[in-house]
Amino acid sequence: MEFKIERVAELARLNLKSEEKQKLEKDLGAILDYVKKLEALDTKGVEPTSHVLNMENVFRADEVKPSDAAEKALEHAPHADGRFFKVPKIVHRD
Amino acid sequence: MNYEPVIGLEVHVQLKTWSKLFCSCSTEFGAEGNSHTCPVCLGWPGSLPVLNEAALKLGIRVGLALNCKVAERLKFDRKNYFYPDLPKAYQISQFDMPVNGKGELLIETKTADGKMIERKIGITRAHLEEDAGKLLHEGITDGSLVDYNRGGIPLLEIVSEPDLRSPQEAYDYLTALKAILQYVEVSDCDMEKGSLRCDANVSVRPVGQEKFGTKVEIKNLNSFKMVQKAIQYEIERQTEAIEGGETIVQETRLWDDGKGTTFSMRSKEEAHDYRYFPEPDLVPFTLSLELVKSIEATLPELPMARAKRFIKEFGIPEYDAYVLVQEKKLAEYFEACVREGAGAKTASNWIQTELLAMLNAKNIAIEDCPVASKEFAGLLKLVEAGTVSGKTAKDVLQEMAATGKAADVIVKEKGLTQVSDTGLIEKAVEKAIAANPVAVAEFKAGKQKALGALVGAIMKETQGKANPKIVNEILQKKLQG
Repeated sequence: MEFKIERVAELARLNLKSEEKQKLEKDLGAILDYVKKLEALDTKGVEPTSHVLNMENVFRADEVKPSDAAEKALEHAPHADGRFFKVPKIVHRD
Repeated sequence: MNYEPVIGLEVHVQLKTWSKLFCSCSTEFGAEGNSHTCPVCLGWPGSLPVLNEAALKLGIRVGLALNCKVAERLKFDRKNYFYPDLPKAYQISQFDMPVNGKGELLIETKTADGKMIERKIGITRAHLEEDAGKLLHEGITDGSLVDYNRGGIPLLEIVSEPDLRSPQEAYDYLTALKAILQYVEVSDCDMEKGSLRCDANVSVRPVGQEKFGTKVEIKNLNSFKMVQKAIQYEIERQTEAIEGGETIVQETRLWDDGKGTTFSMRSKEEAHDYRYFPEPDLVPFTLSLELVKSIEATLPELPMARAKRFIKEFGIPEYDAYVLVQEKKLAEYFEACVREGAGAKTASNWIQTELLAMLNAKNIAIEDCPVASKEFAGLLKLVEAGTVSGKTAKDVLQEMAATGKAADVIVKEKGLTQVSDTGLIEKAVEKAIAANPVAVAEFKAGKQKALGALVGAIMKETQGKANPKIVNEILQKKLQG
């Protein structure tokens, strides 16, 4: 299977050193080749499986329950400002 | 060369539920920052999303109202991208098995030459997904603040086919869609609260060319008028660029309402590879025919059907009917007036002019109208019977709104009954002619405008109560005689 290790790393927000790139490219390639073996199977007429559990239609009722998760999350956030998480600015105008 | 625009719209509507799509956090608007969050919507490891049944049913309801093919089987998928409004770095959405497949929406639109036409706009799909959090930039220079209260709120994304051909059609599509969403009571559709949002995909191509041009997605459109303006601007920008030999780049642009322009949204975090895959935390769903039928059975009469019924049943003009049905409560108010005995045309005219003007001036919604439909019908009946003049009736309406009294009570109390007694009017006419020789001479010399002064004098004499039709008749007769 074709892939570019730089693109995979970019999408995963990983900064790889060049020796890491080489190693990971080899490892990922081996994994993909292994999975590729599945292509030998005839899957004509077989419905794609999205889930392996033999279970469907699991719902919850539309009910509100309070949670104090935010207090803990804000306490552990790298940056916070009062009730808000703080992140670097990302949208720039040209 | 002539260019034509090709427009497709993506509408996100917040479904009216108490709790979020996959967790039990409240959807209440305006709460303190991050107070409606929990391990699920903050994306903590080990937490498990579970689908809100009410949200799915509301989603199906919209699908049925848009004549969509409702799926027999559906599943959820992860849409992966890094952006701080997503705590999980993916959004739970639907990729290849959405709850609603192809559908259509009939819209009534005005062509450039003012003709009303019906157009069928295709719906590509309408799928469920969770909303993202909100980034706050105001007043912060060294970063952005994030509030995840909106994160996980149930949305239905309604995607149109690229069937729209003008900013006006886009506007009319949105109006028609909003009306349907309100009729089926799935959302409050409040754009200010973000419960209805729209992104527009716009491209242009030479007239006659089948292949679409490169499209640009416009975001940050906070009202239907803005959508219309932004599309208009974008059509002109793209046409100019192409004629100047430039190539259109596929990109996301933001609308700047202050400047009336769109600008390119450059973000290094923008990775156009969502790598959708089945959400492993949510099992698939099978919808039974009974469930879909039971939801279908509860659908109300929809705006287009109602407009057609109004035209047929009440004989009001097409345009009036479509205006009235755009807002469910307004249509109900009109119909109630007619049921109370007011003439349909009178009711339609008075609701669209005087009543709406009054409500707009007071900035209140039709459902909070201080004059009940029964009372309004009472006033209209007085107008139709000639008991009060139209001019007087406008004042009576204000009085009704202020005091809550019935029209006939106010007319009686204030002695506003229109004078149709020809003897009385004749006297007033004679008096006016005698007192205004100059106006009379001017009129006889062919100056039609001079009649106004005479009518004014007669109205003054009768305290505005003379029936204007009879005044005019007698005046013409006396002057010519």
